[in-house]
Amino acid sequence: MQTKKKSPVQAVLNYMKSNPIVVLLVLAAAIVGFTRENFFSWGNLGNLVSNTAIRFIIALGVSGCLITKGTDLSAGRQVGLAGCVAGILIQRGSYGSRLFPGLPEMNMWVVLLIVVAMGAFFGIVNGTIVTRLHVPPFIATLGTQTIVYGICLVLTDAQPIGGFQDVYIRRITGRIGNPKGFYIPYLFFVALFFGLLFWFIYNKTRHGKYMYAIGGNENAAEVSGVNTAWTLTKIYMLAGIMYAVAGYLLAAKSGGASAGMGQGYELEAIAGCTIGGVSTTGGIGTVSGVLVGVLVFELLKIVLQFLGVNPYYNFIVQGLVIVIAVALDIRKYIAKK
Amino acid sequence: MSEFLLEMRGVCKSFPGVKALDHAQLQLRPGSVHALMGENGAGKSTLMKCMFGIYKMDEGEIRMDGERVEIRDPLDALQKGIAMVHQELQPIPERTIGENIFLGRYPMKKALGFIPIVDHKKMYEDAAALLKRVRMDFDPRQRLGDLSVSQMQSVEIAKAVSANCRVLILDEPTSSLTDNEVEALFRIMDDLKRDGVAIVYISHKMDEILRIADDVTIMRDGQYIGTWPARELTTDQIITRMVGREMSNLYPPRSNTPGEVVFEVEDFTSIHPRSFRNVSFQLRKGEILGVGGLVGAQRTELMEGLFGIRAHSKGTIRYKGQELKIHRPKHAIDQGVAMLTEDRRSTGIMGVLSVADNISISSLRKYLDFGVMINSRKVEDLVRENVRKMNIKTPSSKTQIKSLSGGNQQKVLIGRWLANDPDVLILDEPTRGIDVGAKYEIYCIIADLAAQGKSIIMISSEMSELIGMSDRVMVMCDGRVTGFVDGAGATQEAIMSLATQFE
Repeated sequence: MQTKKKSPVQAVLNYMKSNPIVVLLVLAAAIVGFTRENFFSWGNLGNLVSNTAIRFIIALGVSGCLITKGTDLSAGRQVGLAGCVAGILIQRGSYGSRLFPGLPEMNMWVVLLIVVAMGAFFGIVNGTIVTRLHVPPFIATLGTQTIVYGICLVLTDAQPIGGFQDVYIRRITGRIGNPKGFYIPYLFFVALFFGLLFWFIYNKTRHGKYMYAIGGNENAAEVSGVNTAWTLTKIYMLAGIMYAVAGYLLAAKSGGASAGMGQGYELEAIAGCTIGGVSTTGGIGTVSGVLVGVLVFELLKIVLQFLGVNPYYNFIVQGLVIVIAVALDIRKYIAKK
Repeated sequence: MSEFLLEMRGVCKSFPGVKALDHAQLQLRPGSVHALMGENGAGKSTLMKCMFGIYKMDEGEIRMDGERVEIRDPLDALQKGIAMVHQELQPIPERTIGENIFLGRYPMKKALGFIPIVDHKKMYEDAAALLKRVRMDFDPRQRLGDLSVSQMQSVEIAKAVSANCRVLILDEPTSSLTDNEVEALFRIMDDLKRDGVAIVYISHKMDEILRIADDVTIMRDGQYIGTWPARELTTDQIITRMVGREMSNLYPPRSNTPGEVVFEVEDFTSIHPRSFRNVSFQLRKGEILGVGGLVGAQRTELMEGLFGIRAHSKGTIRYKGQELKIHRPKHAIDQGVAMLTEDRRSTGIMGVLSVADNISISSLRKYLDFGVMINSRKVEDLVRENVRKMNIKTPSSKTQIKSLSGGNQQKVLIGRWLANDPDVLILDEPTRGIDVGAKYEIYCIIADLAAQGKSIIMISSEMSELIGMSDRVMVMCDGRVTGFVDGAGATQEAIMSLATQFE
């Protein structure tokens, strides 16, 4: 038994062969970059990093659901609810049109804890519906998606929320380096932290191994002594926590929140995962793949913007990319029959 | 013009790691019943799936009426007059009998002269006529799910006949039928024979073969052994040709000596009335207890019940006098019981995961650093030790398990269980779908484990394996334990008579 060492060139070629979508999109970005001005600018890079950071955190959450052959359609609305709740709690005491004037001004970290607890709660609800009531994840999370949106509308009365504490916005949207030149947004470090945390969970803990085992063959995992119901519940809970964190960050980044926030983010996150090689047939997916997928998807959006494409067309292009990515992934499996 | 209606020649088919067919052949005369025989895994079903276009042959050709034909898919096969009744039926129980018969080729008519719609009247009339032909008096508008398994089978045959088939493949059609139903099936087969249909009949039941078949083709390990007229064969001759080797060196010598009773099951009963009930038995330290019985004797269900995969309504399990509470596999594992399940694909391997992940999944707590972090070096050690001890052939520990051969997959799964160092090891058909060479290796592993003092329960449907490997054989019939046979003096007849003690 020996492992063959592959040359780095070979490895890159292999990667390109099995991820044609990534190659195509990076190529497109390069072409646009060299033909349009300002594409390669520090400002654009900083934007890309900030946008990717939040999308990456959401995608990390949903990746566990996808690896276990499930999905989580409530991701986007959960991000929205977390953003709104964070927004309500973080409003300045002196702000004139506070939604709940009776509330005391809260510390931003306390708010984070509250929002995370709420995310964990909705995640457990999702997990419980899937594992105890045996509702397929697609339907279960479609239901909670709608419920969460409803809660959000009731809470905010469909009013936009603003007037956040300065410290909250400053701490989250801050950056290291020269604002006019090269800089690194704080969000980058947040995303890096969660990326490493998930890498550790997926590769080094029992929970991670159990997750891949359930994705590979749920019955076999149960027979091997894995408590599949509890493991799945934890996966959905972790996902809920990630959406909450993302919502908390997004509200600060946008400087405001509304019930419409986060709409459609679940699809972007699922698309990012799929482009990055998380297989819809289960058991396969890596944190680095998710990062690449999300990054490439964000790159695609910027490319379209730089090409001056009417923003309405963006949805059409993004939809096509999602379908093609999944079709290519599925092809790997049917070709072998 | 050829004397054969259909011929298959030089058919080869490989799956990852296994050569399922190696220059197999088959020649069917019109108006005859052709029995296709061989042990489990001999390639009978694979050959039929090639004929029916479910699998694509790697090599070989099919000729009909002497002309070479290409069969692309099942629809193509049906159009060429080849029909197949599968081992496992694939009906749609929620729809009517008529709709099931004409599924995919409903008779159509034009509404208002131009909108194509299904002609239900014609469909049900035709269905009624077909049902009459297979001697079934059913209303074709009845829901298919309301029929018994055997009646559904007759509907499947009606469906095959409706395709105007010239070749009909019956893959183990009688395994779930009662005697009366078998007679009815044979009458239908006689009718079809008279109409010139060539029938391929796959079955393990010798008496049926000798009664109904005209020709017998025997296969072994994917190869063609020969074709003989049925009337020139005896049961013994068929078995010898199917097995094709001396019985004596099929199994390794065993050095285990059963000790004191360690594992006791008492009055173990399923929650389902027709499944296992009132089962009691004892298992000694270092003993191999074989479990025999016909298909449907509920052996797997019983063992899955003991292991916590299925629920039980009453009964106790004791290990060394201590009662074990088992309601899910995890409980069983934590209390020293392991079970290698019957269906490797559906409840054994996690195909896309690596050999290392597959082998370590149920013992991960042993390889933790600081209580949380999996130490991959310890996992690698586990893989290396098993690869060495069991001679597992894998390119690396990171190889996806699905790319290994069946025998090597099975060894990895045995390794998974041994990593927990269980006291009681339940093996459900441990050598099913495995090459002959790997089988012997697995027998050696089992014998070795018993010699180390592990208590082993082994379900097997291969009679010779049961007799060759067991210290004692427990026989079940229809959910009950009908008796025990001592391994040394066990005979096929003794086991069979217990296995057929229906109430």
